[in-house]
Order: sequence, then structure tokens, then C-alpha cells
Amino acid sequence: MYCLSCMDVRDAPAGAFRTLNRDARHWQLIALSGLFLISVYTTDFGARPPQLIAALTGTLTAQIACSYLTGARFEWKSAAITALSLSILLRAVAPWMWFAAGLIAIGTKFAIRWRGKHLFNPACIGIVTLCLLLDRDVWVSPGQWGQAPLIAAWAMAFAALVLSSAKRLDIALGFFGTFAAILFARAAWLGDPMAIPLHQLSSGTLLVFTFFMITDPRSTPDSRAGRVLFAAAVAALTAWFIIGPNVRAAPLMALAALSGLTPVFDWLLPAHRFEWDTSSNVKEGRTYDETETPGRGHSPGPVIAGL
Amino acid sequence: MMKLRHLAGATALGLSSLVFSTPASAFCGFYVAKADTDLFNDASKVALVRDDERTVITMASDYRGEASDFAMVVPVVDIPEREQINVANPALIEHLDEYTAPRLVEYHDENPCDRRLYERMATSAPPPEPAPMMDGAMEAEELGVTIEAEYEVGEYDILILSAEESDGLITWLNQNDYRIPEGAEEVVGSYLKQGMKFFVAKVNLERHDGSGFLRPIQVAYEDEDFMLPIRLGTVNAEGKQELFVFTITRKGRVETTNYKTVKLPSNMDVPIFVKDEFAEFYKDMFAHQVEKENGKAVFMEYAWDMSWCDPCAAEPLSRSELKELGVMWLEDGGQDQPGITRPGPMPRPGPQPVDAFVTRLHVRYDGETFPQDLAFQVTGDRQNYQGRYVLRHPWRGDFDQCEEARDYADTLVSRWDKEAENLAKLTGWDEEDIKQKMADGGYSASALNLPEPEPEKPWWQRLWGNG
Repeated sequence: MYCLSCMDVRDAPAGAFRTLNRDARHWQLIALSGLFLISVYTTDFGARPPQLIAALTGTLTAQIACSYLTGARFEWKSAAITALSLSILLRAVAPWMWFAAGLIAIGTKFAIRWRGKHLFNPACIGIVTLCLLLDRDVWVSPGQWGQAPLIAAWAMAFAALVLSSAKRLDIALGFFGTFAAILFARAAWLGDPMAIPLHQLSSGTLLVFTFFMITDPRSTPDSRAGRVLFAAAVAALTAWFIIGPNVRAAPLMALAALSGLTPVFDWLLPAHRFEWDTSSNVKEGRTYDETETPGRGHSPGPVIAGL
Repeated sequence: MMKLRHLAGATALGLSSLVFSTPASAFCGFYVAKADTDLFNDASKVALVRDDERTVITMASDYRGEASDFAMVVPVVDIPEREQINVANPALIEHLDEYTAPRLVEYHDENPCDRRLYERMATSAPPPEPAPMMDGAMEAEELGVTIEAEYEVGEYDILILSAEESDGLITWLNQNDYRIPEGAEEVVGSYLKQGMKFFVAKVNLERHDGSGFLRPIQVAYEDEDFMLPIRLGTVNAEGKQELFVFTITRKGRVETTNYKTVKLPSNMDVPIFVKDEFAEFYKDMFAHQVEKENGKAVFMEYAWDMSWCDPCAAEPLSRSELKELGVMWLEDGGQDQPGITRPGPMPRPGPQPVDAFVTRLHVRYDGETFPQDLAFQVTGDRQNYQGRYVLRHPWRGDFDQCEEARDYADTLVSRWDKEAENLAKLTGWDEEDIKQKMADGGYSASALNLPEPEPEKPWWQRLWGNG
């Protein structure tokens, strides 16, 4: 008995890890929850619990409605991830705006699809749509994380875990690497101290975007080459938005603007199926798509799925 | 009118107040001078009126050096026309400063047996101090430097310069009695490579009225970028620079997008003696809070609808003052009524509320903590916020008068402890020193002739009754 209990104790963490690791989104949920709490406790103008509740109400409402309308399986994890991303990144003047962003985010995920994949990252399109519709009543506060290296390290560590599980490190590195290269090259050309690009890169919003938004496996190209090219294109557009016309929420705008490229990359660089249909993907919970409409999932072109 | 794209610049002018600035030099642009004497500009004050891409910048700073040594250099992207440049009444920025200043509020405790409340308010805004003037003649040179435009505006001679190389520009400026600090080449070069021009201004003593004031320079321009170049100011940094940015928008609060914006701690009870040293208090509190943020935050000290204030450190700005500051969306025809100062919430003088939201940001920076120019964004947030510190004068009377009075005396002691703790937390001052100072002023248990509360016994002494 004594020995058995010993083994139980030893196995408990491994068991918990296995349970968590069954779905990469578990790690995302933990990491985003941590980032949410950091924002709540370390900022004056950051995320607040009522905003999360509003966003969650919106994403879950849309998820339930769309699941019902399309006959897809109800899935709460993606809705929670989207709600967390919205509450961390989006600032607004009224609670209904987080709710609306949640509705739009999940609604778009079901409504605008191409060959079984949704075209836009839900949180990204939710924020971008509100920015375009409501002007200055919503905004993204890229500077509000401060430069605390702790936050960066923390997010990086968790994100690395998420990504190793989701096998999407290539797109994160592709984006971050290209973006960093552009900023460093520009600083070198201008004769600016390297402290400037380093400062620009240590933004919390950029980290959240890099590791939790552009890495969304369902709205990015299937092939590795396609993903890296896509990431580089988003990085280049983001850099131009920042350096040139001062577009607000630059990375999100760039991602939304270029999301239409994903089908192009998938067409030009079709992925070998084993990349996504291996057993390891089953383990990650990624072979199914809870937004997929039976019988319509692979229809060519954006479809309005029962909305 | 020509569109002034990317007026990337703001520097300041000698003038006016700000007693709470540290004795470090401060300037958003760099300061150039003929003499090697101390060029001490304490705090720059910049007002930015922003609506969409329309912007009016008003630049002012404390300048205490020789008037003839004063000059300013601001990077701009386009060449402004004469009509886009103006000189402002220094009182505008002073008024804006006073209206938005952190404030001290006083309450007088009523007789616990018979309650009444008074409220009075003291502001932190000190009387302004005039600053002296300066002069400097310029010569045209050929070092790859082009004088794109030349204006006489008020007491200033203004040149818009473009240049091929930073070396050439710096040489030209130095030859023309602008004393460019060492190490400015890289920053100047960076701005030049971004296609910017340089707006340089000096005072023409012949046109100056000798009043001892240098008026703020204003520039109206349109640009998608909403930013303030501070990098030049870090070149000749003698320690940290001090900068106040007052923004006025239609929409709401302004925040920095590339640095963290935090609220200055507010609405706390502090000991009575702070009244006599409010300037010290504010200065030390700000320094302490900057330290807590590792020097890397922008502090919001005020965010308020310009239609009113409560309590008012100064009257809200009048319609005409706002227009002078560049609030371009105010319709003609609105009229101000003469403002009457009165206690309590102060509506803006005028027939209707004015559509203007003011934000006061306070930055202490150097090249290390703020490597990049400040970038701003207008948000829709209209939540009012003010730096407000509360003094509560205790009721002094016979505490044996009634039961309530005895209870009241007990609460006073714990209240004073809390006030001391607040003050220590805000300013980093030593809590024991604070308590001593309070006791000297008669704010302690002994001063009330209350028995010192016995220190509580450890819980284990009470556990078995063997303590």
C-alpha cells in the first residue's frame, strides 16, 4: 500500500500533464489566463474581469448558435481562447463592445470559410471589425504592458510550450523574425541605437499577437513554406503600417488584410496530408474542426454557413 | 494651405512656471546655445490639440538662462507655411497647467457631537516665474544645408532647414551660434534620413518687447502620426528630462502607444503637514512612482471633460482660450460668460458645455528609459481622473463631551497611522520620520492625551493565560 501510494503521487503530475497535453488549446488557455491576470494586476488601463465576461458571453452565444445552426459539435475551448484574446487586446468604452466582438469573432469563424478552414483568426477579425465600425470607441493599447522583461519571458516560455504542441513555431518565428529583421535593418540604416528596435519588439501586444493569434492553425496555410511566407508577408505589412501611415492595431490589421492569402498559399503550396492527419494531431485535438459543417466543410470558396 | 505632414517636432520655449520640476534640464528638442554656461531648461510643456489628423502644437518650457542663448530646434517633415505658425500667449499654457495640476483637498472634521463639514481646496499650481530672453543672428552657409523657408513670427526668427548630411547641418548650426551638443549627429542623421526638415527658431531682440517672456510657438499641421519627438532632448541630457504633455481632443483620453501609461496614485488621505510642503510632496511622490515603474512609464495626472471640474484647481479654460490653443472644432458663436470662482463643482463658464477632453501626461525620461519618440493615440475613454490628495483636519475639543467624541478620538489615532503609511508609500519618505513630524504638529495619541494603546500580547500568551 505504501509503495502504491508512492507511485500514485509520482504519477499524478505526469497524468495531469498527459490530460492537459491531450489538447494544445489547454496550454493556450492556461497561458492566456496568465496573461489576462498580469494585465488585470499590473496595468491601469488593461484587461478587467467584466470585459472577459462580456467577451465570453459573446463568443459562447455565437458558438452555441452556430453549432446549433450548422449541426457542428459544440466546443467551448476555442470560444474561451477567443474571449481571452479579446479581453487582453481590445479596449472599448462600453461592455457591449466586447460582447459584439465575441459575436463577430465566432460568427465569422463559421460564416467565412474556404475548403473547410475559416479564413480569419476569430479574435483578430472581431477587433478589426470593431475598429473599422466604431472608430475611436475601441482601440488596442500596444504600450500598456510596460517593458517588463518578466512578462516577455513568461509569455515566451508558455508560448513555446503551446507551440511545440501545436507545431506552429515556424509561423511565430517567421513573423517575429521578419518583423525584427525589418526593424533592426531600418535602425541600422537610420543610424539609430539598437535600443529602439529592441524597445519596439518588447511589446506585450506583439507577443500575444505572435504566439496566440497569427499562429492560429486553422486560419494559416497548411504547408510550412506557405506559413513562413504568409508570416513574412504579415510582418512586412505590419512594419509598413507602423513606419508609414501609422495604422492603429497594425499587426491585427495586417493579419486581417492578408488573411485572404491563405487559400492562395494553400493552392500554390499544397501541404502533404500527413502534416495534419497524423496520429499526433489526434492527440493534439486538431484533426477535427468543431466549426466544420457536415457536408459543407470542403466546399470551394467562402460559404455562409447557415447564418 | 500646404499640408504639414509629419510635424515630428516639438521643442520648447523659455517661459513660465512649474515649480515642481526637478533641477534637471528638460526639453523635447535639444537646446542650443552660444555660451558654455549652464543652459538649464527645467520642464518642457507641450499642448497638443488633436482632431483626426489635424493637430496644433504649442511648445513652452522653463528657461532660466540668458535670453540671447536661447534657441530651439525641432524636426518636422514638411515645410510649414507662414500662416501655420503662431506665437501664443504664455498664460494659455499656464492656465492649462493650473487647471490640470494635482490638487490638495481639505476637510474639517465636524464636532462628533454635532456634525458639519467644510471643504476647501488648495492647488499645487504655483505662480509663474518669468524667464529671460535671447537673441542670435544666423548666417546662410553652404554645407549641404538649404534654407527652405524663413519667417518672422512675433519675436522669433524662424528657419526651416533641410540638409544632405547631419554633419553639414550641425556644422552650419554651430557656425550660426547654435551650440549643438556632442553626440547629436546620430539623432539628427536619423531624422534627416527619414526625410525630415529642421525648424529652428531664435529670438530677434529688435522685435522683442523686452518683457522677459518668451512666448510659446504654435504650429498647425495635419499628419497621420500623432507623436512628439523627444530624442533630441536626450542628447544633451543633464540627467533626466521633464516633460508635460497636455492633450485636448473631442473624443477622450490620450495615451502613449509605445510606452506604458499609468495613473499617478490619487485620492489618498495624507497628513496635514503636507499642506505646507505640497510642492515637495508632489516632487518626491512623482520621483518615487517613476522609480517604482523603473523609469519607464508615462504618468497620467489628469483626464477630464473641459466643461467642468471638481474640485477646481483653476477655472476651466474659456472658449476663447481653447480656440487660441488650437481647438479647431469649436463653432463660432459660442460665448463665454465671465467665470465666477465659487466653491464646489465648477461648470465651465459659458452657455453650453464645451466639447473638449483634456489629458495631462507627465514624463521623466532619458535616452536609456525612453529610446524612442513618444507616440500617442486618442481613445474613446472619457472617464474623469485627477490627482487629488486629501487633508482631514481633526476636530479639536473636549473628547469627554460625549460618547461619540471618545470613539472619535480613538479613530483619529488609527487614521493618522494610515495617513503616515499612505504618505510613506506615495513618496518613499521614512514612515517613522513622518510620524514624528505628525506628533510634533500635535497629531499623535499623546497629543490627544489618550493612553498609549498597550502593545497586543502574542496570541500564545493569551492562549493558556500564562503570559
